Amino acid sequence: MKKFLAVLHARNMEFLRDRAALTWNLAMPFMLVFGLAFTFSGGNKEIYKIGVVGGIDRLTHAAPALLATRYLKFIPYDNLDSAIGKVKHHQMDMLIDVSGTPKYWVNSSSPNGYLLERIVWGSEGHQFQRQTVAGAEIRYVDWFLPGILGMNMMFSCLFGVGFVIVRYRKNGFLKRLKATPLGAFHFLLAQLISRLLLIMAITTIVYAGCNLFIEFNMQGSYWDLLLVATLGAMSMISIGLLVAARTASEEFAGGILNAVTWPMMLLSGAWFSLEGTHNWVQQVAQIFPLTHMVAAARAIMNEGATLAQVMPHVLVLSAMSVVFLAIGAYIFKWE
Amino acid sequence: MSHIITAANLVKHYPGVVAVDGINLAIPQGICFGLLGPNGAGKTTTIEILEGIHLPSSGEVLYKGEPLGTRYREEVGIQFQHTALQEFLTVLETLQLFERLYHHTLPVAELIELCSLGDILTRDTRKLSGGQRQRLLLALALINDPELIFLDEPTTGLDPQARRNFWDLVKLVMSRNKTIVLTTHYMEEAYALCDEIAIMDKGRIVSQGTPAQLLSDHFGDVVLQIPLADAGSKLFELGLNVAQAGDLMEIRTHRQHHTLQQLIENGINLDRLRIRAWTLEDLFINVTGKSLRP
Repeated sequence: MKKFLAVLHARNMEFLRDRAALTWNLAMPFMLVFGLAFTFSGGNKEIYKIGVVGGIDRLTHAAPALLATRYLKFIPYDNLDSAIGKVKHHQMDMLIDVSGTPKYWVNSSSPNGYLLERIVWGSEGHQFQRQTVAGAEIRYVDWFLPGILGMNMMFSCLFGVGFVIVRYRKNGFLKRLKATPLGAFHFLLAQLISRLLLIMAITTIVYAGCNLFIEFNMQGSYWDLLLVATLGAMSMISIGLLVAARTASEEFAGGILNAVTWPMMLLSGAWFSLEGTHNWVQQVAQIFPLTHMVAAARAIMNEGATLAQVMPHVLVLSAMSVVFLAIGAYIFKWE
Repeated sequence: MSHIITAANLVKHYPGVVAVDGINLAIPQGICFGLLGPNGAGKTTTIEILEGIHLPSSGEVLYKGEPLGTRYREEVGIQFQHTALQEFLTVLETLQLFERLYHHTLPVAELIELCSLGDILTRDTRKLSGGQRQRLLLALALINDPELIFLDEPTTGLDPQARRNFWDLVKLVMSRNKTIVLTTHYMEEAYALCDEIAIMDKGRIVSQGTPAQLLSDHFGDVVLQIPLADAGSKLFELGLNVAQAGDLMEIRTHRQHHTLQQLIENGINLDRLRIRAWTLEDLFINVTGKSLRP
């Protein structure tokens, strides 16, 4: 225990005194959360974009009901050819020209254009019975927050642990430790716990700091969220330890870490929902700890899921942590 | 005399290379043992097998008659040739880190005093000079009060003053009845510190013994040096073993008295005569055919 605590303390000191790395670890997630919150502020209410050539006033005269329709954004254009080009490249959903006889353009391969056409000009919609649902609005920022924080944790866990151990091995520090009675398991456990404490502290600070300004939706228990985040971080740190178990090449370790992080970032649902994607994509996503952490965190925060409801994710994250750490410790080499 | 560490038939293969080729060693307790050799001779591989860092391809190392185990880690001190420390820690924090890795340790205050670290305790280890860093690394090697200490080229890269200070420190450690195994490129260092040396080349030990004994075995004669201007051409007519070395004439002889008489009788000016003693550098070149430093 004395050895473990000594290595843990030394690693914590090293991290906290590396001001540049610490500042970046704190600033990066803040910038991401605020940047995306600002970019997607306003609730993304205007669903379709319609370009208008000939003036909004003439359109008011030609089709007054159209302008009164909600969730449509009308953008005036002067140049017809340029505006047609926007429709052609899916940058605009529809273009209306009211400078002469009213005409409109849609892209035949654009789903938005198709739907907008149906909505705008009507298609026996009055025959349908109107149903209503009630529920709190889930802002985009509430949806992407677990993904952003999870992704930041992923990079910190994998690169922060993997690269550090490879650097220790390359510069001979691990060889120096090998000459002492310190065992590999104690060393690796200290690295895991150190990074876990630091990443959880940073994530908590970022969440609390952003929450002061954005007031995230939180339907569930903070304790459940903390548990899911801790297990997620542990499983990803364990992957970092596994990657760094033998190699002394930072370039090789960087390549492997990129090969792990990029698919995880793209396919875990951190950036966009996987609903509607191919079945195989959703199956592949299940092998990533980030998928389970983000899914469980979103369920707790946005749907008020209980621990029992997210238990499958909790079990998968726990199993991944144990398996990756065990393999990493087994194949670990000081040199 | 009891041997603290012995090695029998050590062999270490790397792909395409035999780094250590059948080495036998028995190092008595309480001496400073020097392992010398040119780059690539296999001395670092040998010392790292003795340290327990690498396993030999074949052969056996025994510490106090037992195979190397967990007890060895507790009782041995190692200063590697190239090593890094945990970054962003001070000298004192680094000592405290390593102190907590052992069961039995010397008091940190005693180590600070022994290795003269008092003035740099709060300094970041990345900001130490070469000599300060080597003193800290030696303190770390001594932190568990080891009976056996390995020093792998501890003064390489130090200026002459720092090197001599480090020798004084090593002598102080030796006065505590420690056994030291030292590798070095510097012959004067081996001569100043080592009770016994082994010269390695191509993975084998090519000569071993005390420095004085080895010099005596390999060089029974002495070298008389006379400036070329004083010697004149007559020197070549006396039937002596003469060679020119720069602006000096060197005469090798086993019979100093007779040779000097012969020179005087032939009117050679001996006012600037010097007798050069053989050094370990000469010995090294003699047995390996190479200079120590590439």
